Formats: sequence, C-alpha cells, structure tokens
Amino acid sequence: MTRDNSYQAVMARKNEIMKSSMGLDYEVYRQGELAFDYERMMSDCGFSLEDIIRIQAETKVGNTPMFELRNLTNAVRRISEPGKGARIFVKDEAANASGSFKARRASISAYVAAQKGYKGLIAATSGNYGAAVASQAAQRGLKCIIVQEVFDSKGIGQPEIVEKGRKCEAFGAEVIKLSVGPELFYYLLLTLEETGFFNASLYTPFGIKGVESLGAELTSQIRSMTGKDPDAVMITHAGGGNLTGTARGMRAAGCDARVIACSVDLSGLHMASDHDFNRKSFTTGHTGFGIPFATWPDRTDVPRNAARSMRYMDDYILVRQGEVFYVTELLAKLEGIERGPAGNTSLTGAVALAREMNQDQIIVVQETEYTGAGKHHNSQLAFAQRMGIEVRRGNPEESVNGRSIIIPENLSQIKGHRQDMEKLRISYLKNAAKQLAPSQWSEADRKFVAEDVKKDLAWLDQALKQI
Amino acid sequence: MNQVKAGTWVEIEKTLLTPQQRAPQVPEDTRQTPYIMKVAGFLVADALFGEEVSVKTMSGRLVSGTMVVVRPHYTHSFGDTVEELIPIGLGGEI
Repeated sequence: MTRDNSYQAVMARKNEIMKSSMGLDYEVYRQGELAFDYERMMSDCGFSLEDIIRIQAETKVGNTPMFELRNLTNAVRRISEPGKGARIFVKDEAANASGSFKARRASISAYVAAQKGYKGLIAATSGNYGAAVASQAAQRGLKCIIVQEVFDSKGIGQPEIVEKGRKCEAFGAEVIKLSVGPELFYYLLLTLEETGFFNASLYTPFGIKGVESLGAELTSQIRSMTGKDPDAVMITHAGGGNLTGTARGMRAAGCDARVIACSVDLSGLHMASDHDFNRKSFTTGHTGFGIPFATWPDRTDVPRNAARSMRYMDDYILVRQGEVFYVTELLAKLEGIERGPAGNTSLTGAVALAREMNQDQIIVVQETEYTGAGKHHNSQLAFAQRMGIEVRRGNPEESVNGRSIIIPENLSQIKGHRQDMEKLRISYLKNAAKQLAPSQWSEADRKFVAEDVKKDLAWLDQALKQI
Repeated sequence: MNQVKAGTWVEIEKTLLTPQQRAPQVPEDTRQTPYIMKVAGFLVADALFGEEVSVKTMSGRLVSGTMVVVRPHYTHSFGDTVEELIPIGLGGEI
C-alpha cells in the first residue's frame, strides 16, 4: 500500500509525524485556546544550566572568548557627542564547533536524540543551523539530513547558501537541496516519516535551552572583565531563538541589561518569491523572519514555539544591508578579525546604539559567525552586482532593497532605525485575534498573551481597544 | 556513451511538485515553477548520464531521479573584487 504523498495529504499528517519525530507531547501544556504553560514546557526538558554547559562541553560548544573592541569603540567616540560612546564588546561565537552560536541550539537536540535511541537527525534550514546539526550529529554518532532551500528556478544559488550546504556535507550530512518555496516544510515531513529520524527543530525547548548558556556566559565574562554588568546586549534577530535563549540565560545569571533585537531591513522583498530569492544579500537575521516571528511565534515546524522573543525584547533596531557590509569591513581593518556578515548584524546595531550611550556604559554584541568563500561580504556584493543590483558608496538611507545596496561613506551614517515596540505588540495582538476573537479569550489566554508581549493585564485591556 | 559506473558520486534531480500541485500560499512568480529537489549519492547501478537512476545518499536512503551531475563539486568563491570595500577602514570613516 502506498501512502498519499500529495502536499495536502502530508500536511494533514503533520501532527502525528511531529509527535513521533520528537517524542514530545505539546498537548499536556495546553491551558486554553491560546495559552500554554511555557515555563513548565521549558523546565520539563529536565536540563539545568549546569547540565547544558556539561553536555555542550562534550561536543566543542560554549566557553567562547569575549573581546573588547577598543579601536571600534574609539572610532565611535570620535563621531559621538562629548561623553558618549559606550564600550563595545563582542562574544566570539564563531569559536564554537561549526562556526556559529547555532552549535548551542543543535547540541541539546543531538544529545536527546542519541539518548532516546534515534538513528539520525533532520533539520530544515538554510542557515548556520544546518552545519551545527551536522557537526553535532557527527560527534554523537548520528546520521544527519539537512533540508535546505538552495536555488531559484534557473538553478542559481546565492553564495552564502551554497557555502552553508557545503559545510553540512563536510560534516558528513546528506543535504537535500530544494528550489524556492514554503514546501520545504512538506518535504521535511516526508523525510521525517520515511526515516524515523529526530526532528532537530530550531524551535523546541532543547533548541532554546541550548542558548541559555550563552546569556549566562556573557554575563559572567563581562563581570570579570569590567567588574559590572553590561547595560545593553544586542542580539541578531530572526526566528527569535537567539534572543529568547540569551535573555533567559542572562536572567538566570541575575543580569537585567536591556535586551535589544537587531535585524537587517529587507522590507519589500518576498521571502517565498522565486524572483526575490537571489536579490537578498542576507539569508537570515533579517526582517523577513524577524518581524513575523516576533509578532506571532507559533508559525514554525513545532506546535508551540519555545522561542518567544517579545517576552524578553526591550527594543528592536533595523539596519540596512550596506551598513552591515561596511561594519564587517571595518571589523577586519580596525580589529584584525574577519567574521561573516550575517553575524555582524548585531555589531552594526551596536555601533549605532553605542553613540547614544555614555562612555562608562557597556554594550555587548553576543555573536559572531565564521567567514570564508561564499560567506563573505565581498562574495555577497559581487553576486548582488551579477544579479543586477547597484552597489555604491553613499547614504544607506537611499538604498532600495532588491535594487541597490549603498555602503556608507563614513561611520556617522551608521544609524539604524528603532522600531516602535508598541506597534509590534499591537501587531501580535492582531495575530492572536485572528486565532480567536478577544471576546472569547479565557483568563488564562489573557494572562498568556500579556506575558507573551512583556506587559500586564491593564495594558492588554487598553491595547485591545485599538484593534 | 557517457556510461557512468555504479558507485560514482553523482547528483540527481527530481520534480517533487508540478506548478499545479504547489502549496496554496506561494506567490504568483513561484507558482509558475515546479518544486525541484537535488541530492547527491552513490550511483546504485551502471547508467547513462541523463537517465533515471537510483542513488544511495549519505544517510543511507535510496532516492531516484535524473542524473544531472557526475562528481558534483563547489565553485563558490570570494567573488570578483568589489572596489567600494577597499578604502573602508583606512582613516576616512570619521
């Protein structure tokens, strides 16, 4: 008997496939139509912070260096008002196995999959996460399949994605390369069903728990280097896991620094468009993921997303592609370290914000990523030019996504754009209202929604009048 | 002619969904195109280039499709020189 493998039939089998591919029953956390017991779900993983650190140390994850960027800080001070220009620190997450913080997210899934007797791991990702899963699988003796969106209808793949596929293969993974489209998830389900492998989703509690060590580490490093806590931590934001896990780890370490999200502004480009696919010079850390995931986290490959960024986010800054490429070049020339551009999104946000902060304050950029052929700002810009995108120096404010990338002429043009947090919260409420009319929300739903946007019930009642 | 030996590392291509079968939410330009998958593996039996074949992938799966590349390799690089980047960091940033 053959199974019906049409798009509709496979999507209809989603829940049973998910359940058997993770051994996790999300139903037990349900508290209402919208509400679920988030903290219980996180603690039911059974891993303390100490457990996480121990498991990660087994597979070359964590304990990455923290560097003070003195030359960049001095450059920022020279363009700032007197007394302004916070000290900029960066946590060099490129030092993890696989070259990015994503190793933290993959490490716990790989450990759990091995413990539970799964033969392999599968992840759907076009990002650094694929390489992280492949690297962790290799170390735990598990097979690995990465399902990746790679090429447009002409068969062309942008260099960064091609490189990320190569890295997965370097760790012995099978890479299933797909054309542009949201059916990636359909093929993930089919492959999970066929193999019985563990779904190493980015959005399980394991995926988020693994990042908590990053928040805890950065707190203790800044304390020992400066004798105090950081004032702000800048976090590149896409699906929300980086921000959620880091903020939770900081909180566990008793650090209440401001948590600031930063994404590359890719507004105007459609994420599932065959035409737009190769006209983006960033494949992650951009608004195509950042805004939708912040304003409605439950849009992933798991029933309830453990990455709930609005619970922890104090501010959200957008930067332009050209600004990130400029800062990436500056990092190499002033600080003597070459790192991948996507990971420098938060560094760009930090440069913009440091100008507004006092000199005795501290801002931490909590990640870097590896660089190399394909994953390099020169590769990205050369490819953009080939795709007909204009690249020039000038005012980045004048750039039009998909048509031009304007690299700043000087540091003072790195400004960033602060998002209106209230608007984002209202947008979340509108998305929640699409699931269920607010008049039908139970007390548990109301409490959950308020907590999910870091507000109280009084705020919720006022805000609901606006939607 | 163009006989490829069993055991050779090859890439196959397969249409997973025709334009008509694609997900309802895909945008208009993407809807005009089929949903394509490529994967590399060891060729199971001797075959001619361009034929329908089966490969054994790195995870041990048997997958069938059209053989499109023999011994696939990577050619991505650091790209042609982008001169706009060169002056950055040489003192003009202030």
